[in-house]
Amino acid sequence: MTPPNGRGLLHLAAAVDRTAAHDDVAVHVELTRLAESGGFDFVTLGDSFARPGFDALAVLARVAPATTRIGLVPTVTTTHTEPFQVQAAVATLDWVSRGRAGWCIDVSTTEGEARLFGRRHAAPVDALWHEAGQVAEVAARLWDSADRAGPHPGHHPVRVVDATDRHARATAARYADVALVQGTNPAQVGAVRAELQASALAHGRDPDELRVLAALTVDLGDGERAAEPGHGGGGPRQTAQGPLYRGGPVDLAELIAAWHETGAADGFHLTPVEPRRDLERLVNGTAALLQHRGLLRTFYPGSTLREHLGLGRPAHRYAVTGGTS
Amino acid sequence: MTTVRTPAGQPSQESSRTQVHLAAYLPGGGDTTAGAGFASFERLARTAERGLFDFLLLAGEVPPAGHGGHAPEPVTVLNALVAGTEWIGLAATVDTASHEPYELARRLATLDHLSAGRAAWNVPASADPPARAAEFVDVSRELWDSWTPDGIVRPFAHRGRHFDIAGEFTVPRSPQGHPVVIRPCDESPEGGEFAASTAEVILTRYGTPEAGRAHHAAVKGRLAGYGRDHADLKIMAEVTVVLGDTAAEARERATALGAPDGRPSFVGTPESVAAEMEDSVRTGAADGFVLVPHPAPGGLDAFVDRVVPLLQERGAFRTHYTGRTLRSHLGLPEPVWKG
Repeated sequence: MTPPNGRGLLHLAAAVDRTAAHDDVAVHVELTRLAESGGFDFVTLGDSFARPGFDALAVLARVAPATTRIGLVPTVTTTHTEPFQVQAAVATLDWVSRGRAGWCIDVSTTEGEARLFGRRHAAPVDALWHEAGQVAEVAARLWDSADRAGPHPGHHPVRVVDATDRHARATAARYADVALVQGTNPAQVGAVRAELQASALAHGRDPDELRVLAALTVDLGDGERAAEPGHGGGGPRQTAQGPLYRGGPVDLAELIAAWHETGAADGFHLTPVEPRRDLERLVNGTAALLQHRGLLRTFYPGSTLREHLGLGRPAHRYAVTGGTS
Repeated sequence: MTTVRTPAGQPSQESSRTQVHLAAYLPGGGDTTAGAGFASFERLARTAERGLFDFLLLAGEVPPAGHGGHAPEPVTVLNALVAGTEWIGLAATVDTASHEPYELARRLATLDHLSAGRAAWNVPASADPPARAAEFVDVSRELWDSWTPDGIVRPFAHRGRHFDIAGEFTVPRSPQGHPVVIRPCDESPEGGEFAASTAEVILTRYGTPEAGRAHHAAVKGRLAGYGRDHADLKIMAEVTVVLGDTAAEARERATALGAPDGRPSFVGTPESVAAEMEDSVRTGAADGFVLVPHPAPGGLDAFVDRVVPLLQERGAFRTHYTGRTLRSHLGLPEPVWKG
């Protein structure tokens, strides 16, 4: 189905991170089911070794059997864990979710986190991102090299990279299936997208196999059409936490449709400031309106996250015949 | 029979009699690639929970040599099994050799939280020197103890021979305090010390009752040296069971099955198997059994449907779960908080 504006259906993802001090997995289940009812491609759950709370991949493994279609993308830090263990956990999330896993590849840059592992000093950020790329490479080789557990042998969980930070862009261009890019206007996001696509092409990739999602924090607490000056129709405002949209769910739908029209992004990754309140408004307000306009799916024709994103299986780099690499 | 309701961990008149502990292995690497999906694990977990088993034990992440597949990662699988189960303990086999204490302790504490106190960690014999594995477990417990029972987090610092780490552990104290620590039997002096000082469940091979009793007495005899009580450690024998309507039929089946890993431990009618199991526990050869999967007809379902009710009739097995946590199923004490 092609929407009226001639572009592909837009892709929506939502963060289900909690702001509360202590985790309650029942709330993660509830939020993810809500996003699934709105036809979102996937939810993300952030993580780091320093952030208070549970292991994000574990939480989404618990959520997996309680959901049926939506993609599940925990942040996975590659800096302090064995690459084999990283890929095993991600592949297993894919297995228990029947092909719905992704991983938001991240690095750990602080001395404090390094000390949790006994490292004397944290490595420079560029080196850490290079290493993260190598972990993605190791994982891809393992997933190509054998019929691993999962719904489709050789199936690769979706790689997501937040490419807002310049240091992450080379790794995003080379390895990501989905890049998240923060920006307060379509031109900003479009510029990073063009850079990523050019870089992907230089690495021998088809740039159309890279989905770029504009990343916004959204605060829908101000009522139906109460966009502040400089918000809503005027676009999000830059804050210390990144671009923040504040206004009503209908205005947000207008903004999403307008940005999508420009071709700057393939969709949006939305981080609600108040998950329970804002995600409900996103689903029943914003997403419903976008579905009404034919810009967003009303049901999931596929069952895997790769299918939701319209991504093919990554090309095998190895002729696999006997399951050896 | 009478049903005895007791608070968790408080032995009653009835349960102070012989109580058999039961667990079941989920098949490891070999069975999860082609065909058998996660749904087969979900079915097994529900069957074991229907049978009121103490815990499920998921084997390690390394597939057998020459096997092309990649076995699922145990902690992640068990987090997913939390969704379809309510009571049964969930034990993950995780080798210390390829992990770091902070990361693994965090994941195990998360499993204990998500399962409301049903997590266990099976520390297998590995490429890791026993001393590193033992220090790994000690550090993990220091991390789990870095939160007070009242929910206050304190910085930790550990400087040992193998690990030198410091900072703040970001997962609050979990429902069991510490996930239950399981170890395979290791006859070496270092292995024996690890078992006596640290393990809460030991997995042994099933042998003759005499050998079982001698081993049981030897292992438990060393506990006092570490300030531990007999009840602080359970010895569970890994067994295979072949059932038949008659003893002859069971023997025929056992022969037809061949021997996947040696002679089946129990071959007989449900009545004779239940009697043998109770006898084995009553005479001190083991505290319970871990059923190893094998291609017997009916598998775990047959055991749950036919043997468990007979153990219950004998008063040797629970008729309902009396506590929420794995520690309460096993009758293990809460770990003493060491701030």
